[in-house]
Amino acid sequence: MDLLRFITAGSVDDGKSTLIGRLLYDSKNILVDQLEALEKSTKNRTDGSVDLALLTDGLRAEREQGITIDVAYRYFTTPKRKFIIADAPGHVQYTRNMITGASNASLIIVLVDARQGVVEQTRRHSIIASLLKIPHVVVAINKMDLVEYSQDIFNNIVIDYAEVAKQLGLKNVTYIPISALKGDNIVDKSEIIDWYDGKPLLEFLEEVDTAHDIDLDNARFQVQFVIRPQTEELHDYRGYAGKIISGIYKKGEKVKVLPAGLETTISKLEVGGREVEEVFAPQAAVIQLADDIDISRGDAIVKTGDTPVVGNELEVLLCWLDDKPLQTGNKYYLQHNSRLVRAVVRSIEYKLDVNTLQQQPVEGGVKLNEVVKATIKTASPLVYDPYDQFVVNGSAILVDETSNSTVAAVLLQ
Amino acid sequence: MSKYHLDYLEQLEAESIHIFREVAAQFERPALLFSGGKDSITMVHLAKKAFAPGKIPFPLVHIDTGHNFPEALEFRDWLAKEVNATLVVRKVEDTIKEKNLTEPKGKFPSRNWLQTYTLLDTIEEFKFDACIGGARRDEEKARAKERIFSVRDEFGQWNPKLQRPELWNIYNGRIHKGENVRVFPISNWTELDIWNYIRKENIDLPSIYFAHERQVIEHEGQLVAISEFVQPDANDVVLTKQVRYRTVGDMTCTAAVESTAANLDEVINEIIATRISERGETRIDDKVTEAAMEDRKKNGYF
Ligand SMILES: Nc1nc2c(ncn2[C@@H]2O[C@H](COP(=O)(O)OP(=O)(O)O)[C@@H](O)[C@H]2O)c(=O)[nH]1
Repeated sequence: MDLLRFITAGSVDDGKSTLIGRLLYDSKNILVDQLEALEKSTKNRTDGSVDLALLTDGLRAEREQGITIDVAYRYFTTPKRKFIIADAPGHVQYTRNMITGASNASLIIVLVDARQGVVEQTRRHSIIASLLKIPHVVVAINKMDLVEYSQDIFNNIVIDYAEVAKQLGLKNVTYIPISALKGDNIVDKSEIIDWYDGKPLLEFLEEVDTAHDIDLDNARFQVQFVIRPQTEELHDYRGYAGKIISGIYKKGEKVKVLPAGLETTISKLEVGGREVEEVFAPQAAVIQLADDIDISRGDAIVKTGDTPVVGNELEVLLCWLDDKPLQTGNKYYLQHNSRLVRAVVRSIEYKLDVNTLQQQPVEGGVKLNEVVKATIKTASPLVYDPYDQFVVNGSAILVDETSNSTVAAVLLQ
Repeated sequence: MSKYHLDYLEQLEAESIHIFREVAAQFERPALLFSGGKDSITMVHLAKKAFAPGKIPFPLVHIDTGHNFPEALEFRDWLAKEVNATLVVRKVEDTIKEKNLTEPKGKFPSRNWLQTYTLLDTIEEFKFDACIGGARRDEEKARAKERIFSVRDEFGQWNPKLQRPELWNIYNGRIHKGENVRVFPISNWTELDIWNYIRKENIDLPSIYFAHERQVIEHEGQLVAISEFVQPDANDVVLTKQVRYRTVGDMTCTAAVESTAANLDEVINEIIATRISERGETRIDDKVTEAAMEDRKKNGYF
């Protein structure tokens, strides 16, 4: 059994909460007491039905205002997979929430209201999906019951979306006609939508092939923590603990430590205290090296002959996540996995319209939810890959030195 | 399937180990809040793996309400020795005396709320800057939105509206003086994941997790053990039942479930078969209001 993380995106009222509620409900991941609480809070409804959307509604402020304002995580399991849903609600802070939720997702469900078709929000969500390189896209065309389950309407939406997908270079797009409310094509194949010969949503989610989402060819590793027990029997032990970001490392292989550039070989590999011959992504491992080299947190260990970019003048896309605007010349901390360096935003080239992808001039500062192309200079070099080629080694965050908030998502170019 | 493939438990494990190492690297004085339950025990196991062959680079801190199951305390002491970790115990009893707090009354006098005071004092005493907790997002609705690194102000309070975005696997643990971070390495695990992992890794648990005989009374459909802390009223019927516990909290507010499950396989089978979530089934105080957890978290509870 493996794990799939996905995000759901849609405009307000497209039926996102209903869909998630339906997935949890129909896959029997709602427990009796939760159901009771749910029934209690829907007691006042006139038609006596349970409001599935309530299942996914979190904090009290939101309950009171009747809106969802933050990313929430939901869990459900089928015999085939464990699923983690990042539920990022549509609202003012949407881009910020969606980027947060999408950053770990390997699949996105873009909800489209069958009555509305592809709207500006659909485009916007898809642009974010393409910026963040989410490997799989499901376009769930919802509320089919309100358009008499019309195949024509479905087909037209598919044609419209295919245009968007082409523009954005989205691959692996799957279209499913559903009714979240009635349960059509969610867990079981809809009998009414007999013209659709694909899988129902849950089955698709269970079977989508994610094995290739992890890169096993290019080996990347960054030191998180240096293990030095300094006990009598482990007197000289020095292990570099970290996550295998991508690829495979084998005992005896030649490696290079960056940014210093020193070469050595792997003398020992461990996972969870057990010695192994090889380690692979995304394992949490410990690497020991043959030579005594000065290595600290944030340094990279890569293979000779397959090295990432080393540099401190960075071209980046910044997704701004903070209320306080960004001005050219502002200083921040940049955190790339476990490497923390001081950074200054040298220049802001243009703003990317997240509805049209058009480049626009930046006037004044960069505001919350805006995406800009910028150049950043860091105090010491980063060891990275362009995000487009290598998501896991091409992403970083900016941290405000004074508020300590995470203010931007950084996609290294 | 390729041999370079992790199943879901291995993926969850790798993620949790990554988080533990981030904590050890980013903070000067972290602590693992150890409650004695299976989630804490799993965390200790993960921490051990994260830092092997070194020892766990932070103490286990137990905020002792004084209402614990003796089996859990015994196990706690054994485990700390076993993994060679430093154990810090601070007692709610002492805080009550020191601060002249009012003891909760009633038949099920829960000191859960008072724990917060002792915890905040302990954080102050040791200047802990990161407290690792075993909360899971599947436990309860308010938790579903909490970050893995969750910043608390000087009063230990959580502000759900001011959470930092948490992107990719990058954890921002920078804080101001006086603030601290609650870190939840098993956020993405469900109850069943924990049980399956315990089975896979052969992790030892206190005996009360398995079926045993106990004298209990029934309270609003839940079974509460008779103990030094909970005494039957005149109209209670004391029953002797085969029970086990799904969570190990205070004897005053943790209910038992009827069970014959004597080993892990049987426990897991029972859990799969039941359809009642952990919190609803075993926490007597949680049912009070739906927003109870949210309130408590805002006030600095774990
Ligand atoms: N007829 C119909 N109504 C739906 C469907 N899905 C959602 N709705 C309704 O649309 C409204 C908004 O749904 P909700 O899930 O709250 O939308 P969200 O804002 O995207 O989370 C609610 O009244 C739902 O009952 C559907 O498939 N068919």
